[in-house]
Amino acid sequence: MISPAHYLFLSLALFLIGAIGVITRRNVIVVLMSIELILNAVNINLVAFSRIFGDVSGQVFALFIIADAAAEAAVGLGIIIAFFRNRETVFADEMDLLKW
Amino acid sequence: MLDSITFYFFAGVAVLSAALMVTRRNAVHSAVLLVTTLLATAGIFLQLRAEFIFITQIILYVGGIMVLFIFVIMLVRLDVALQHMRFRLQRWVALFVALALGVEITVVFLFARRLPGQGLLIQEPAPADKLPPNTEELARSLFSSYLLPFEIASVLLLVAMVGAVVMAKKRIDQ
Repeated sequence: MISPAHYLFLSLALFLIGAIGVITRRNVIVVLMSIELILNAVNINLVAFSRIFGDVSGQVFALFIIADAAAEAAVGLGIIIAFFRNRETVFADEMDLLKW
Repeated sequence: MLDSITFYFFAGVAVLSAALMVTRRNAVHSAVLLVTTLLATAGIFLQLRAEFIFITQIILYVGGIMVLFIFVIMLVRLDVALQHMRFRLQRWVALFVALALGVEITVVFLFARRLPGQGLLIQEPAPADKLPPNTEELARSLFSSYLLPFEIASVLLLVAMVGAVVMAKKRIDQ
């Protein structure tokens, strides 16, 4: 029998791996991918509790999160392309135009 | 029994490929490993009998968002990235933050059920063969209780589309 704690810990593991990726990676594209991983980890929780409580609302929210992730990926990748056209780099620590 | 095997298989694949994704040097390898993680998560959704989320995950995430990522990796010159170092210098900070967060949430999970009246209210989920059809239930909920958020999401997608085009197009006047 799979208990709710199993899903919680799977989601926690994916969330923490995504958080480590966001904090440590230099490549902005991989940082965006890590954010997708974090959103996905949240979806596991929503769907698991939707199943446990027998309420379909959690799955509706998972759908909204997937739509949000699509919007975020489109805009974020557009920003990356615009930035690469200006500065010829995708490294987060070379994006220091506003830093002094 | 079959449930357990399915869960542990997909969970193992998801965590393993996610860990590899964060540590690979090549961004294309990271993208492929992220696809593996998302497919394994889709398997978890199927094991949870959320068929519509399962198919949406595959079509939208794996088929849509990841193709977008691969496109951008192709447009952006990444061969310089292979010689540079992968991680920024704050990797110890990151490990500490992740460890602290993990321990904290684990302690909350483990102790939540010990406190009277404050634990997770867990009831036995309905058996799988007694569930109503998933897609019909989802559609009924989405188009009655959540109709307004649904319409707002469509506006959000329109705004994101226009924003992405404006961001990525070439400036003609320069």
